[in-house]
Amino acid sequence: MSTKNVMIVGVGGQGSLLASKLLGRLLLDEGYDVKVSEVHGMSQRGGSVVTYVRYGEHVYSPVIDKGEADVIVSFELLEAARWLPFLKKDGTVVTNIQQIDPMPVITGAMEYPGELVEKMKNSGAKVDALDCLKLAEEAGSSKAVNIVLMGRLSHYFDMPEEAWMKAMEAIVPAKFLEMNKKAFELGKNA
Amino acid sequence: MKELMLGNKAFARGLYEAGCSFVSSYPGTPSTEVTEEAVKYDEIYCEWAPNEKVAMEAAFGASLAGVRSYCGMKHVGLNVAADPLYTMSYTGVNGGVVICVADDAGMHSSQNEQDSRHHAIASKVPMLEPSDSAETLSFVKLAYDLSEEYDTPVIVKMCTRVAHSQSVVETSERAQIAKKPYEKNIPKNVMMPGNAIKRHPFVEERTEKLRKLSETASFNRVEMRDAATTGKHIGIITCSTTYQYVREAFGNTVSVLKLGMVNPLPVDLIKDFASKVDTVIVAEELDPIIENHCRALGINVYGKDVLPICGEFSQNLLKKYLSPIVTGEEYKGEDVSAIEDAIPNRPPVMCAGCPHRGLFYTLSKNKCTVLGDIGCYTLGAVAPLSAMDMTLCMGASVSAIHGFNKAGGGENEGKTVAVIGDSTFMHSGMTGLANIAYNQSDSTVIILDNSITGMTGHQQNPTTGLNIKGDPAGKIDLEALCRSMGFERVRVVDPYDLKACDDAIKEELAVKAPSVIISRRPCALLKNVKHNPPLRVNRDKCVGCKSCMKIGCPAISMKDGKAHIDNTLCVGCGICEQLCPVGAFESCQKEA
Repeated sequence: MSTKNVMIVGVGGQGSLLASKLLGRLLLDEGYDVKVSEVHGMSQRGGSVVTYVRYGEHVYSPVIDKGEADVIVSFELLEAARWLPFLKKDGTVVTNIQQIDPMPVITGAMEYPGELVEKMKNSGAKVDALDCLKLAEEAGSSKAVNIVLMGRLSHYFDMPEEAWMKAMEAIVPAKFLEMNKKAFELGKNA
Repeated sequence: MKELMLGNKAFARGLYEAGCSFVSSYPGTPSTEVTEEAVKYDEIYCEWAPNEKVAMEAAFGASLAGVRSYCGMKHVGLNVAADPLYTMSYTGVNGGVVICVADDAGMHSSQNEQDSRHHAIASKVPMLEPSDSAETLSFVKLAYDLSEEYDTPVIVKMCTRVAHSQSVVETSERAQIAKKPYEKNIPKNVMMPGNAIKRHPFVEERTEKLRKLSETASFNRVEMRDAATTGKHIGIITCSTTYQYVREAFGNTVSVLKLGMVNPLPVDLIKDFASKVDTVIVAEELDPIIENHCRALGINVYGKDVLPICGEFSQNLLKKYLSPIVTGEEYKGEDVSAIEDAIPNRPPVMCAGCPHRGLFYTLSKNKCTVLGDIGCYTLGAVAPLSAMDMTLCMGASVSAIHGFNKAGGGENEGKTVAVIGDSTFMHSGMTGLANIAYNQSDSTVIILDNSITGMTGHQQNPTTGLNIKGDPAGKIDLEALCRSMGFERVRVVDPYDLKACDDAIKEELAVKAPSVIISRRPCALLKNVKHNPPLRVNRDKCVGCKSCMKIGCPAISMKDGKAHIDNTLCVGCGICEQLCPVGAFESCQKEA
């Protein structure tokens, strides 16, 4: 198979590292070669952050370039729009509809663009938007946004649910497991 | 066992498997996790040193004592440690010494984009450069063997994309390395002229031996193109993560010479490879080091004449610049989707509740000239605070204010401050402070003591009272330290108290004496820090004057002409409350 590309984007501090850890574990368990590229350091202070996950028979580059992502998973709506040029023409955006104002919006220098889901759809992308924060709170913690998104992402992966659960058991601390399983289901069935 | 492992974690695993037992480092993105992962192995003693020079000298001492040792740093850290490095090249080692230097092409988290290979060449120390996690693990083990066999420290150079990418590794057991005896050896270890002059030829001979090794060793490898490929035979000489981009971009249609050792570089291997292909391209990030080596050998290559010298590479970047040579066709780029709206940038910002904010607001309000330093607080330069005039390197704020004030006299002294974090002060601010005390400028130095090394992700330092494991350790008293240097004016303020900050800055700038202000409050992200309940805006009281917007807090925005607080971000620091002229901010708790 050719290498598949998944990008996880969001705002520093939103918990994307756990999501990439889960995906990495899942893909390795399924027998793929995997590379995951992360951002540490300064950008984590509330900046725009991106994680690249690539898998296949043999993966060379750790990064995903413009026009290469099969799926973009976004923790925040504006970030989905920002990274849209990295999506393949027939790719899918799975995004949380939560909006976090960046500093130019906070200071009033720019406006947060409206109707982003529609605009992304009009650009030709398939967009799967959901209120992950609400679903995460329903599952028991606003911090489970990442797992809600992973539940939704599972629609676009040809892998049995047991494999996801097995990866989750390996990654998530036992005391949060039930809550996260619920978050996964809520995301999946949303 | 097969595992998906971060490059830096694989480095630490390599230290473990190679039997390393002493680690001393200073944190710096993207090198920090090597040491943070190494400390998880009980067999390895680990510590954070005050700076990279101290770390490298400590590792040298451990080597002298007979154990395999390590020190790690980012590229600019190697500048600080260059002094011991260049002479450790002469002394060589007892126990093996491996040094990690992590470069940051693309400047994800750095103040410059230097290429550390220059240090390897200049210090005549061998340098290995892995291209993924598995190679990192094996190169670290190889580095220890080379270190002891060739009597030299060995540098393993990482870059952001190897350090911070996870790929598959296979782990094995730890080697049982016996401690070597310490033997007094004045000619080898006392580097005074009479001894060093005899060691220099040894260094040159060693480099030549390593060069010979590099001609045939498996860390440099040739991968010839698919036999089925027709057309002009392209050969690409490459190293590090660029090797992965080459393979991603051109598959097996090109032949590749992948160099695992970037100093010293092979001669015959490169000549032989070049002779077998029609066209040679050197693909390397940053400076043209392999390229210049090839040119010196009389080999005609494409290099920085077609590829950029600035920034990171990627597969599409190589396609863009090299396709005309490799395939004879222009690369047209991928067909991409985009929306038409301008997308606001999302630069990193000081966190909600960051103790630096109140201080920088006060500096901004007083129109101070602010000589800055390296840390989270460099973000004080970002609008709307814009309260920084200079950032150069670790410790430069304290040294530069002295020069700035000596040259500018009273006019500068009355409005200029240096700001430096607690960890950066311990790293290299103290010596600058000694210069102010000694050569007497009326400079005001502000130490931003947030009780942690913040930007690199919360490492302990000599002022926190805790060691790398979080256990109690020695604690340096900043006030006592400054006073002992001769500063009579040393005062502590709480940066959450704007009036206290304002008074302190005005008074210390006015007084004709050198002074230190310690702005003390722990980083708001530290787990043991207790927060106040979030604030909320009483919309009936808010007049929309935007006074609270001057502090650039990510938790505050304007909604329908009135201030609004995001209560998932707000930690109730109360800076905005102190700025509000109409008392519109209320505690959520009072409401309940």
